[in-house]
Amino acid sequence: MSAQAPRTLFDKIWAAHVVDTLPDGTALLYIDLHLTHEVTTPQAFEGLRAAGRKVRRPDATLAVVDHNIATDETRRTGIGDAESRLQVETLERNVAEFGVPYIPLLDDRQGIVHIIGPELGRSLPGMTIVCGDSHTSTHGAMGALAFGIGTSEVEHVLATQTLLQKPAKNMRVSVDGDLAFGCSAKDIVLAIIGKIGTAGGTGHVVEYAGDAIRALDMAGRMTVCNMSIEGGARAGMIAPDQTTFDYIARTPHGPKGEAMEQALRWWRTLPSDEGAHFDREVKLDAHAIAPQVTWGTSPEDVLPITGAVPDPEEAADEARRAQLRRMMEYMGLTPGQRLQDLPVDVVFIGSCTNSRIEDIRAAAAVARGRKVADNVRAMVVPGSGLVKKQAEREGLDRVLREAGFEWREAGCSMCLGMNPDKLKPGQRCASTSNRNFEGRQGQGGRTHLLSPAMAAAAALAGKLADVRDWQPKGEA
Amino acid sequence: MQPFTTLTGVAAPLPMANVDTDKIIPARFLKSINRTGFGKNLFHSMRFREDGSENPDFVLNQPAYRNAEVLIAFENFGCGSSREHAPWALLDFGIRCVIAPDFADIFHNNCFKNGILPVRLPREVCEALMDDARLGGNARLTVDLERQVVVRPSGEEIPFEVDPLRKHLLLNGLDDIGQTLQHAGAIDSFEARRKTEQPWLAG
Repeated sequence: MSAQAPRTLFDKIWAAHVVDTLPDGTALLYIDLHLTHEVTTPQAFEGLRAAGRKVRRPDATLAVVDHNIATDETRRTGIGDAESRLQVETLERNVAEFGVPYIPLLDDRQGIVHIIGPELGRSLPGMTIVCGDSHTSTHGAMGALAFGIGTSEVEHVLATQTLLQKPAKNMRVSVDGDLAFGCSAKDIVLAIIGKIGTAGGTGHVVEYAGDAIRALDMAGRMTVCNMSIEGGARAGMIAPDQTTFDYIARTPHGPKGEAMEQALRWWRTLPSDEGAHFDREVKLDAHAIAPQVTWGTSPEDVLPITGAVPDPEEAADEARRAQLRRMMEYMGLTPGQRLQDLPVDVVFIGSCTNSRIEDIRAAAAVARGRKVADNVRAMVVPGSGLVKKQAEREGLDRVLREAGFEWREAGCSMCLGMNPDKLKPGQRCASTSNRNFEGRQGQGGRTHLLSPAMAAAAALAGKLADVRDWQPKGEA
Repeated sequence: MQPFTTLTGVAAPLPMANVDTDKIIPARFLKSINRTGFGKNLFHSMRFREDGSENPDFVLNQPAYRNAEVLIAFENFGCGSSREHAPWALLDFGIRCVIAPDFADIFHNNCFKNGILPVRLPREVCEALMDDARLGGNARLTVDLERQVVVRPSGEEIPFEVDPLRKHLLLNGLDDIGQTLQHAGAIDSFEARRKTEQPWLAG
């Protein structure tokens, strides 16, 4: 047979980027776009300097600050924390010395690295995209192969524009049917992680497919791909289609005119071929997914909002029982407690998972004409300066402020406890971010992961709440 | 990078699954611009109590394990973020080898770049090695990368798998950028070809 064997989206992008193959099968993989930020690069630039090496493709590299910075007005007067300031200043010195394009803190385009790549039209279908950050999988929503790397690999890409990689296995997660009322992309991905577990995707690149995925807008697709790493996958991706192409056409850096036509001819060949082999297949029924919330300290510990805290003693083995008991203690929970009865102290709407304009619209729709409960500090942190401006053009900032939410500047904020936005020990937070690990949002902080609409409902109710009981009002 | 050949040392048992990178080193300690100095904050939330004093129950605070060079844990070790600060913290503390049933991909990769050997062994073998480790400071394990065996205190040898290229780099302490730059010609021609085939990618 002369025809090539059917290939997956991942197989095609991989094959198009192999520069050379080493005798043991390791590929030297070309990298099209390298995104960088202040936390995982200082040691990489230092390594280049020590070896007298240059950045091979500054034009394929982009730097921004996001992890360390304040998201309030204090960012205009400098960074208070000396170590954070040094890290940001080090990045600024490095990008100047090595000629890497940089978006400074006070630029409108500044934002979370995984928000700005797609937004600016730098992240495109068929690309290989890396960044020293595990949530690089977000860009897979564009139909790209995008994954997080460590600092040594950041240095390797800066110096050579390539990475030494072994091919991953293919896994397909299909979500079919109509998404139920009150649910969003976040509920889909939390349900997927609940099903496969946090190591379910280890060694695999996951392609999300099915009509519930196809029906998502680009923001929703990015939310799903973003949390691939929480399912253990090396990367997550979604085949590019008309939704993708229309999105790119609206971006400032996306190809235009003849270049776009040429790009489209290739991009349209990328979706997985009929009959392509997947090493593992998982299927979910979209209609069976209810609004999700995590209760434990691993993203796989997730339940529908109507659920109750499980009993550790019912777990299968002693190691798991011990793990669950530790989680209960850390989270301040008792078996059988209804999730909807858990009062929250803080609500955080933001992070590379859920800080796009669509997420802010979803939160504002629930908040419109209502008030944040007295016991709650609620904050909305747009993913970029451009998202913030768009939200302000739509008057969403006013809706949210009037309801009692703080309206902040762009950054990683309370996702990871590295900047002034942190939980205090014992505080319980309804958060649209991606990790509920112990101490993730601040030492001793307790995180419940959920969607932006669910987070807004929790802010209003003063406790975890079912968004289906908080339908938008006012504009009906 | 320091080569890894054969290591004989104390092993510390950490019988937990899903030990995430925030547990290995919390984000608030990632602000250094150096590769060293992270060891003092390794496993911070488990190692120290709220008042900053050492938690005597945590394995690395116990006299027998304070100089541990091997760590034995359960499934999905190193899950979470891509922070290379996690292996840097282990290395800075003195850990050169982690044994577990499996590892998160990025962490696994990062170990090899820093002279740390991650060894995958089945759960029941990890449990047996933990039993060995619980005998305390006199029960030393040997990890021999050249021969790909872990030697128990009893002398029993347990074979393990390791990628041949990574083994070679680790045994010799090689910088893989230098290795890759031997392919500079291939990278040049690949780039030239892409410039004509995919002009929309240019700058």
